[in-house]
Amino acid sequence: MKKIVLAGNPNCGKTTLFNSLTGSTAHVGNWPGVTVDKRDGVYKKTPENVAIIDLPGIYSLSPYTPEEIISRNYILYEKPDCIINIVDSTNLERNLYLTTQLLETDVPVVVALNMIDVVNKNGDKIDVKALEDKLGVPVVAISALKEKGLKELMDKAYEESRVVREGTTVLTDTPLARLIDDVKTALKKQNVENPLFHAIKLVENDSMELNTHKETAPMVEEFKKTFEDNTFGKDFEAIIADGRYKYISKNFAQTVTKKEKDKLKMTPSDKADKVLTHKIWGIPIFLLVLFAIFHLTFAEDFLYLGAIFNFPTLEELGLLTEDGEPINFGVQLLSTFYDGQIASPGIFIDHIWNDLIIGNLFGWLGGLVEDSSLSQWAIGLINNGILEGIAAVLSFLPCILTLFLFFSILEDSGYMARIAFILDKMFRRFGLSGRAFMPMIMGFGCSVPAMINTRTLADDKERTATVRVIPFFSCGAKLPILTAVAGAIVVYFGVGNADLITYGMYLLGIVAAIASVLLMRSTSLKGETPPFIMELPSYHTPQFKNLMAHLWDKGKHFVKKAFTIIIASTIVIWLLSHFSFAWQFLEDEQINDSILADVSKFVQPLFTPLGFGSQLGQYGWVFVVAVVAGLIAKENVIATFATLAACLTAVVGMDFGELAIDAEDGIDAVQSMIMATGITIPALISFIAFNMTTIPCFAAVGTAKAELGNKKSFKGTLLFWFLSSYIIGAMVYTVGSWWWTTFIWTLAIAITVMGIVFRNKHNKVGRNQL
Amino acid sequence: MNKTLDQFSIGETGIVKAVIAEGKIKRRLFDMGITPGAEVFMRKRAPLGDPIEITLRGYELTLRKSEAACVNMEVTDK
Repeated sequence: MKKIVLAGNPNCGKTTLFNSLTGSTAHVGNWPGVTVDKRDGVYKKTPENVAIIDLPGIYSLSPYTPEEIISRNYILYEKPDCIINIVDSTNLERNLYLTTQLLETDVPVVVALNMIDVVNKNGDKIDVKALEDKLGVPVVAISALKEKGLKELMDKAYEESRVVREGTTVLTDTPLARLIDDVKTALKKQNVENPLFHAIKLVENDSMELNTHKETAPMVEEFKKTFEDNTFGKDFEAIIADGRYKYISKNFAQTVTKKEKDKLKMTPSDKADKVLTHKIWGIPIFLLVLFAIFHLTFAEDFLYLGAIFNFPTLEELGLLTEDGEPINFGVQLLSTFYDGQIASPGIFIDHIWNDLIIGNLFGWLGGLVEDSSLSQWAIGLINNGILEGIAAVLSFLPCILTLFLFFSILEDSGYMARIAFILDKMFRRFGLSGRAFMPMIMGFGCSVPAMINTRTLADDKERTATVRVIPFFSCGAKLPILTAVAGAIVVYFGVGNADLITYGMYLLGIVAAIASVLLMRSTSLKGETPPFIMELPSYHTPQFKNLMAHLWDKGKHFVKKAFTIIIASTIVIWLLSHFSFAWQFLEDEQINDSILADVSKFVQPLFTPLGFGSQLGQYGWVFVVAVVAGLIAKENVIATFATLAACLTAVVGMDFGELAIDAEDGIDAVQSMIMATGITIPALISFIAFNMTTIPCFAAVGTAKAELGNKKSFKGTLLFWFLSSYIIGAMVYTVGSWWWTTFIWTLAIAITVMGIVFRNKHNKVGRNQL
Repeated sequence: MNKTLDQFSIGETGIVKAVIAEGKIKRRLFDMGITPGAEVFMRKRAPLGDPIEITLRGYELTLRKSEAACVNMEVTDK
């Protein structure tokens, strides 16, 4: 099958075009660098099917960012049959800079003038024919969003893919033209493919080329000795970049006819920007937007109306039975958005999904299995292992999707890039750029896409540091741990406020992230603050189609996770808790003899400084099991409590009263654990703090491994996660139990900080003396 | 009048004279269109005073003052 690649600047509509061509639903956003990996699909309307490969957005083929390297290697070494170079017609000048580089390869090129409808609407004109003559390759005007001109574009690309093309350059007027030609001839003799492209990069002193073409590099050095440019001296990189832009301004400016515009007239985008990045209001508006998003997604009491007006609860209205169930279906519907307080849209959708759909569906499925003729253990495995696991993961779908919907709106509208602009100065203090904000805030939804998104960060050390702290931004799956344990503390001990504990934990995660970044950037990941030179896209109204495509993509990813990793892990956990080391099947009642219990008992003492180790006695291992289960998926932590609560009742006839009946409810499950072990409040808080900051789920660990690329920094990352969570847990437990230990911790932190500062100063002095 | 880009006041326009930087930063500035002869309009500063936002070659670009300090400019319009 022929391979056609899509290449272009970030944010030029590449992914929209990809979606339109392949009918796929790859994620699109109004944020430079949304596609961070290449993806492929199939286009079927040409005489034969062709593969479409969407490359990450790039401004140039320089060797500095991962996206550029991915794109460059693909174009040069994977032998695509044609490049479709997508160009944002509203910003022709900068977009054509990449075109001039793509033309230097021997791959056939078709230029797609995207967003031509916007240009026409603005009253401007682009002379397509003239542009075609200048570039020497076909040019097609399209609108990826409105799906106009796509057929013509693909027919042209298919036609071109069958011809042989030789690279051309616009640098023939520069003083380096002769040198480029000589190097190209030399490379051609060595049978190098794409000789013109490699020649120009060699002349540019490109680090990737210097390594691969060692024999030819001296030619350039030789030439450099006798050469001196009036403006640029011996800076060949500058001469070439300048040559490209000069050519573009000279030749392509005339192909565009701009309508006479009043320079002072503000576009709607300018007006929006004036408010959103305002000197004084910019930051408060950003904080408000962030609060609104979390409130709309997670608030049980929307706009605090319930608290303000003191609405009666369903129970007070007499609409619940004695068991707390709704008296009829109408009341059940009502309960999805009202119970003494009005649910926020996120919670409303959550109730519809979980109470009505998932609850009923899985109840029905479980019933079917129960009534089947399967053996006892198979029923246990399917119902308690598999179905419960899937239901647990699927229950997070509404929260994650709502959160992602809001992030997509921010991204698609162009506001996300402004957030980076607003926050950059703050992030720089920690040795990061404003761009690191995006992956971090995404971490509140799910660590996996957040880690993948770190590819927009150009600096390796900045990326590693960001990947490491992403799990500290408590993800959707960790929220149930917080609400269940915090809820249990309030109900069981009758102290505190569940919301406050939850917010406190979120805050703890953020503080831990900041402290860790500071620590890493001043010790193991020292380096200069990465540059922040970024395009700010124009604001536009988010496209419904794009938003839905984005959500579908996220949903698909999440459901896939539920049906693969989670199924596998719940089966493993179930087997480990129902078989002994002698490989004998155990009833629920015998969980105390299971492999899982044995292993957990063995490592239990390790957690003593954190408050949930040896001091908890006979059944203390339940907390360790939960931690281990959490390594597979954080959803498992509370689910494990629920399973164990049922088992413990069976084993020791432990009487949890009404709790055991309803142990499915996370809060009750945790309460049974408190009764079984006598764990203290500081230890419980230490337990959530540990789970929040420790090694994340399988999926996130796998992603981190793929993103970090090098084994050493991956191992370091695992160790970092474990140590930081261990220290945080120990700190929470000891300070909570014995207040005077605060002084010891403060002292230890002070000594560490002073040690690092002293060492760094000392090293600097040492280097300066050399 | 000549000065570096980070010293521009809001609303000023100028022409790029030279880019004095190395490696990654220099290349990035070039790739984004900050080459000699380009016209740059200083739009605004971020709420915390840094980075800055400029218009050049028909689009908006943001960069830090420390990076803008690498760009020598000639002021053409106030």
